[in-house]
Amino acid sequence: MISFKDLTVRYGDTVALDRVAGRVADGEWLGVIGPNGAGKTTLLSAIARLLPYSGDISVGGERAAGLSRRQLAQLIAYVPQRPVLPPDMTVSDYVLLGRTAHISYLRSETAADRQVCAAVIDQLDLRAMAGRQLRSMSGGELQRVVLARALAQEAPVLLLDEPTSALDLGRRMEALELIDEVRRERTLTVLSAIHDLTLAGQFADRLLLIAAGHIVAAGPSAHVLTDDVLTQHFGPGVQVMRTDTGDIAVISRRLAARGGWRG
Amino acid sequence: MSRPGRALAVAAAALVIAVVAGIAIGPAALSMPQVLQALATHLPWHPHVTIAPLDTAIVWQIRLPRVILGALVGSMLAGGGASYQGIFRNPLADPYLLGAAAGAGLGATIVVVSGANMALTPPAAFAGAVGAVTLTYLLGARTRHRDEPSAGSGTASILLAGVAVAALLTAFQTYLQQQHTQTLAYVYAWILGGLSTATWSDIWMILPYVAVAAIALLAHRRLLDVLRVGEVEATSLGVNVGRLRLTVVVAATLGVAAAVSVSGLIGFVGIIVPHVVRLAAGPSYRVLLPVSMIGGAAFLVLADIAARTAQAPAEVPIGVITALIGAPFFLFVLTSRRARQDLS
Repeated sequence: MISFKDLTVRYGDTVALDRVAGRVADGEWLGVIGPNGAGKTTLLSAIARLLPYSGDISVGGERAAGLSRRQLAQLIAYVPQRPVLPPDMTVSDYVLLGRTAHISYLRSETAADRQVCAAVIDQLDLRAMAGRQLRSMSGGELQRVVLARALAQEAPVLLLDEPTSALDLGRRMEALELIDEVRRERTLTVLSAIHDLTLAGQFADRLLLIAAGHIVAAGPSAHVLTDDVLTQHFGPGVQVMRTDTGDIAVISRRLAARGGWRG
Repeated sequence: MSRPGRALAVAAAALVIAVVAGIAIGPAALSMPQVLQALATHLPWHPHVTIAPLDTAIVWQIRLPRVILGALVGSMLAGGGASYQGIFRNPLADPYLLGAAAGAGLGATIVVVSGANMALTPPAAFAGAVGAVTLTYLLGARTRHRDEPSAGSGTASILLAGVAVAALLTAFQTYLQQQHTQTLAYVYAWILGGLSTATWSDIWMILPYVAVAAIALLAHRRLLDVLRVGEVEATSLGVNVGRLRLTVVVAATLGVAAAVSVSGLIGFVGIIVPHVVRLAAGPSYRVLLPVSMIGGAAFLVLADIAARTAQAPAEVPIGVITALIGAPFFLFVLTSRRARQDLS
């Protein structure tokens, strides 16, 4: 569904991504992990063509560079790390923005557009809040509203930049379960940057580890989430554990026992 | 009725009241029946009337063109201001943001000080306004990357270029003005703005620009709503932000340049009217833009009535009136309960 090669992004003299290559299959969830500043957000933004890049990106077999904004938005729905949420916009108006690429230029939305939005709003359990302003909503609710806008876009690819970073652990699980549920139901291809390594391993089909603008590891989570790989890129304070159920958990550990209260 | 529907109805009612008052009120004491009779003389199968030709002329050649011109100018200033606020995502944007006022002032000043035919003042002001905005846009857009939005820097560089262009042209204008002190009063009066010389030919001259600008701006109001989530997200939603910005700026500039070419530089309308509408009708440009245009028309016609009656037979500059009425009203609205809620 998505493939990229020789992908390079520069910010002035700084090379943020250096000739990276990869692909995401139809219906796959690829988790992008890596330390802060590694290039996760840059990779997602470049694939959404939101910053200048060199190299090749193709989406659904077509070169992204050859598509109009509108065509690209019909293929890719992008959710930034910190979406702009106009405080006085209502939930239903915000979700309707997702239909932009489907509404003809200078026209208004049709009944069909409203129907798509209504279905998404129902599916994400937002019906009761549809008329509320965004300012009145909690972080967890806003997460669902933002996802609803992305789903209203009806694009086969979902790019999510740290979709759960602002949520508590319980809400994080809920949000990721929801994403997993809708992507299975709609066979969406998901490419997401995930900060939390344990969650990344639990939800993504495959992981891509980026460090300093290079892809340093890729594959199933058991291959990427190992003590060796993680220590190398996240530092020695990271440890991989197996839970009783066979899940991989990445935990932090303190290196030197400091003189605690016991002396 | 919904909140947007109510706002539209209130604005339309205000415009009707303003137009009726504008035609009925003036130094020549005409009664309402006389005004109606005078209006009727231009209807195809009008009833027999007994009104003096002079009174008919007062209504048809003095009051009516002035009211209509005021409405057209007001709608363009308010619509232009609202559009700029949307496209630059900046609540302080006004229709003169990209140098239109400075350019128009320079154009008009050149005509006045060079002793050319005064009839050239409107075209010169129009050309000055359009030229200034073009210069701003070319300079500001040079720093932006081709097709890709670079997270809002395009907007910032255009706004900064606007500040520089306006300063430069104002400096030229001031220099010319100071070199020709014998025309100082005339130039100053033009810059303060006013509708006292309004004629039908002014109306026919600006009507095409006003019509094109109004239609184009209204057609883009849904996309201005999409832009409320920022340039990057609007781009990811499928909007070609660069093209949208250019189209809206061209449309707003044509309308605003046409307006200032016949009325001079009337301040405050373009910033106060959209904000009052925003507080009354909500922030969606789908409502904000049409209601601002209608409300701007009503506001300027009312302000003009005050300008010509407050110290009759002398005229108070209309820009003084728009600020005198506008500023306190704006502050009142801003501190009202709903405003505190909406802006919190």
